[in-house]
Amino acid sequence: MEDRSHTRREFIKMMSMGTVAALYLGSSACTKDKAEEFLQKNFREMSETEKKQVIRRLEETYLRKYGKKFRISTRPTESGVLWGYGLDLSRCIGCRRCVYACVKENNQSRVNPQLQWIRVVRLKNGSLINLENAEHYYNPETVPEPGFMYMPVQCQHCENPPCVRVCPVKATWKEPDGIVVVDYNWCIGCRYCIAACPYKGRVFNWGEPNIPLEELNTDVHYLGNRPRMKNVVEKCTFCVQRVRNGRYPACVEACPTGTRKFGNLLDPNSEIRYLIENKRVFRLKEDLNAEPKFYYFFSA
Amino acid sequence: MFAIIAFGVPAFALHHDEYPVLMPPLSEGIFPCSNCHAGLEVNAKKRKLKDEHTNIKLHHAENNRWCLDCHNPADRDKLKLANGDTIKFTESYLLCGQCHGNIYRDWKVGIHGKRIGYFKGGKRVYFLCVNCHNPHDPKFKPLKPEPPPTKPERTYGR
Repeated sequence: MEDRSHTRREFIKMMSMGTVAALYLGSSACTKDKAEEFLQKNFREMSETEKKQVIRRLEETYLRKYGKKFRISTRPTESGVLWGYGLDLSRCIGCRRCVYACVKENNQSRVNPQLQWIRVVRLKNGSLINLENAEHYYNPETVPEPGFMYMPVQCQHCENPPCVRVCPVKATWKEPDGIVVVDYNWCIGCRYCIAACPYKGRVFNWGEPNIPLEELNTDVHYLGNRPRMKNVVEKCTFCVQRVRNGRYPACVEACPTGTRKFGNLLDPNSEIRYLIENKRVFRLKEDLNAEPKFYYFFSA
Repeated sequence: MFAIIAFGVPAFALHHDEYPVLMPPLSEGIFPCSNCHAGLEVNAKKRKLKDEHTNIKLHHAENNRWCLDCHNPADRDKLKLANGDTIKFTESYLLCGQCHGNIYRDWKVGIHGKRIGYFKGGKRVYFLCVNCHNPHDPKFKPLKPEPPPTKPERTYGR
């Protein structure tokens, strides 16, 4: 035993010195911002002052990167609010105006990778639930085409979201107002949530996002449409930056046929409550027990 | 008169009555109608218009209907209901609702049609029937769809 060259004590001593040296070298090699970003907490664990610091740092980073002044909101949920969405399948004509309004509002990458949070699916009349025959690359001269119907699919903001359960680092969660959000700075890019989502509601930044500078939306929310980075997952947030200020989501405003409805499920006088109580309503893949808050309905 | 139905958001005009509605998409310079009609004699005869409003092709139960069933002959700046009441152009939903009762019921609660702006803490605007449907030819016209998403194999893998 005596002739061993290293004792346990020596080993631990060397290791700890090595760690200190590596940290020192590491921090001197990268900028202060990068170090702060690295040490940033999960959004849900930040105190108000920490949130303010992070927002200030992000605003500076965005100003440097894009040359534009961003206003990043961290506005939390109001009490007594649970958002719900209604989509009228007897009105949708499949024109994809919603898709592009969403891309613009939410700063999605335009090409390489092309990310879209809404997928408009075309189905043959009479085979509505047969999603195996769904087509989302349809491109006729004009829509609607005879014999087809259209069903936009996006994040359904489940009450029991499977994507949240599988996240190994708790980078995605359901807010008290029912919106499922992602902390992009906490996301490690493992894409378990994409595999778990039954609605294909999430997309991944396979490359550095490409957004034309003149089309950047600078009115953003930390948990919503702020510019993302490579290797993070993103998804529909019901336009959290708008709806928490009492404004309709961008897709609702863009739809030329008034197919899209939005409101507070807890407010008995809201549009969404009226349609749930008075129209024929279904939820997609209801049998999975994810309890989506996205109600497809037929007004006619 | 309602020649062009524009989808862009027209100027917010909120002088309201019962509902905060948009301005109807009247052709430019055509309103007030009394500018021309005040001095004209009312001709209730159903006929093909040759001099004015030639762009209007009535395709809305045209066999049973004529201009003055909806436009008020005495004051052309107003519309006329079946019971003889006159209403403003911004209240045209009352006129449409005379026949399309179930749609009108849905419109009033925000299920048919479209509302934009702020549902809380700001202005909310309702689209009128005529902001989407040309009253003289109300069937919603087909649109050119926005481009489909790029197929992944075209973008990746070089």
